[in-house]
Amino acid sequence: MSLSITLTVNAVPRTIALDDPRVTLLDLLRERLDLTGTKKGCDRGQCGACTVLVDGRRVNSCLALAASLDGAEVLTIEGLAEGEVPHPVQAAFIEHDAFQCGFCTPGQIMSAVGLIREAQAGDDPERVREAMSGNLCRCGAYKGITEAVLEAQRRMVANAEEKAA
Amino acid sequence: MNRFDYVRPATVAEAVAAAAQPGSAYLAAGTNLLDLMKGGVMRPARLVDLARVPGLDVIEALPDGGVRIGARVRNSDLAYDPGFARRFPAVAEALLSGASAQLRNAATVGGNLLQRTRCAYFYDPASACNKREPGAGCDARDGENRLHAVLGWSEQCIATHPSDFCVPLVALGAVVEIEGKAGRREVPLEEFHCLPGSTPERESVLAPGELIVAVRLPGEAASFAGHARYVKLRERTSYAFAVVSAAAGLRLVDGAIAEARLALGGVAAKPWRVPEAEAVLRGVRPGAEAFRRAAEAALSEAQPSGDNAFKIELARRILVRALTLAAAGTPERLPALPASPHAPHPGVSLHG
Repeated sequence: MSLSITLTVNAVPRTIALDDPRVTLLDLLRERLDLTGTKKGCDRGQCGACTVLVDGRRVNSCLALAASLDGAEVLTIEGLAEGEVPHPVQAAFIEHDAFQCGFCTPGQIMSAVGLIREAQAGDDPERVREAMSGNLCRCGAYKGITEAVLEAQRRMVANAEEKAA
Repeated sequence: MNRFDYVRPATVAEAVAAAAQPGSAYLAAGTNLLDLMKGGVMRPARLVDLARVPGLDVIEALPDGGVRIGARVRNSDLAYDPGFARRFPAVAEALLSGASAQLRNAATVGGNLLQRTRCAYFYDPASACNKREPGAGCDARDGENRLHAVLGWSEQCIATHPSDFCVPLVALGAVVEIEGKAGRREVPLEEFHCLPGSTPERESVLAPGELIVAVRLPGEAASFAGHARYVKLRERTSYAFAVVSAAAGLRLVDGAIAEARLALGGVAAKPWRVPEAEAVLRGVRPGAEAFRRAAEAALSEAQPSGDNAFKIELARRILVRALTLAAAGTPERLPALPASPHAPHPGVSLHG
């Protein structure tokens, strides 16, 4: 069967012909759209390396059928920076040494962006750790990750307040 | 993953008609179904995608003070709905103790009820499993079974239902709305899941092709809001299934328990409401001794199904913990670690 879907990926509208309904969003991004920043770790929803935003919410792209997301807006790690200027979460990950090997990092960063949008954790490190528990880091960079998320959130709130003033 | 036929109906009626074909499965978010399909545990011939069916993603306040939750409402949308969380705080706490933030953003109400057991032998097509392949045998019986059922199990199957959400729901008298070829029917959640007996492959009362369209909580369920908690013991602090869990709701009048609602999770093939324990608490003053008697009543029929006798005493203690926290009052804000027995509980003495 052939199925045509439309997705807005990193602000670019795309029409994609799917020759097989089994394609997950993760495989679509990596194999068909050459957006390989999103990583395939476990491919079973356990590690969080494949985290992207769909319609503004962080999800595991390995457990979503692309066909089912027809019409959705997808944001991946490639769509985060503004030109050469890294997103505040990306900048904070670098400053706080929030990774070692880097494999889980795109998923960590997209998850953190989703977490900050959800606005449920506040400035409580325990709530941040809990809200990031769907992203595993085998290098154990959790301390830096928690600090980076808190720092990025502080900066983004401050930037938003500056703009509003 | 097997090849399948993919259809995307536009109405509930179309969905039910499409799923009448044998071998069909409904797709909501797919967080459990796709995982099972990738492992070759489920091999549906047709996926009936509910993404375009209108009306299934609505949280609706009912005139009696209850709520009707559409089957495709996402876990996080329900847990963070301020009106819902205020009236049914133990349900919100259970939702937020389950899975990860990413999964809660996708996983749905109907999918939660219908999620499959996490028994490792069910998940492994190379193992014998009566649930996956009726008559094949059960490798869990003599296998790694310390997390398996202690209530309602059979020689054919000792798997547990992994849901957190269903535990407070069953305690609060939730009702499942079901649509099928013959029209709409309703089943109390307590009667929705089946115990394994000799047919562990049959997990709910749904007939083939029937669709959960909503879950309802009655208005009286909100009368427990001031004293309602969910407690879940896990083998790690977050993002893990329950070893055992308990939901407790108390309605206190003049310092005595007018009515109690209690259910256990992780102990059986269904969320396990314990009316005999609720009866023990009716009319008595909340306290350690009464709570222990309720816990003894709740587990009176429990039997280990393997290396899991510890779960029986653990379930008693988690039930006492849930009751102790419920009696102390629902906190203004959920703890940073929802449902965790390790969360600090200011003002509550947990160890007598």
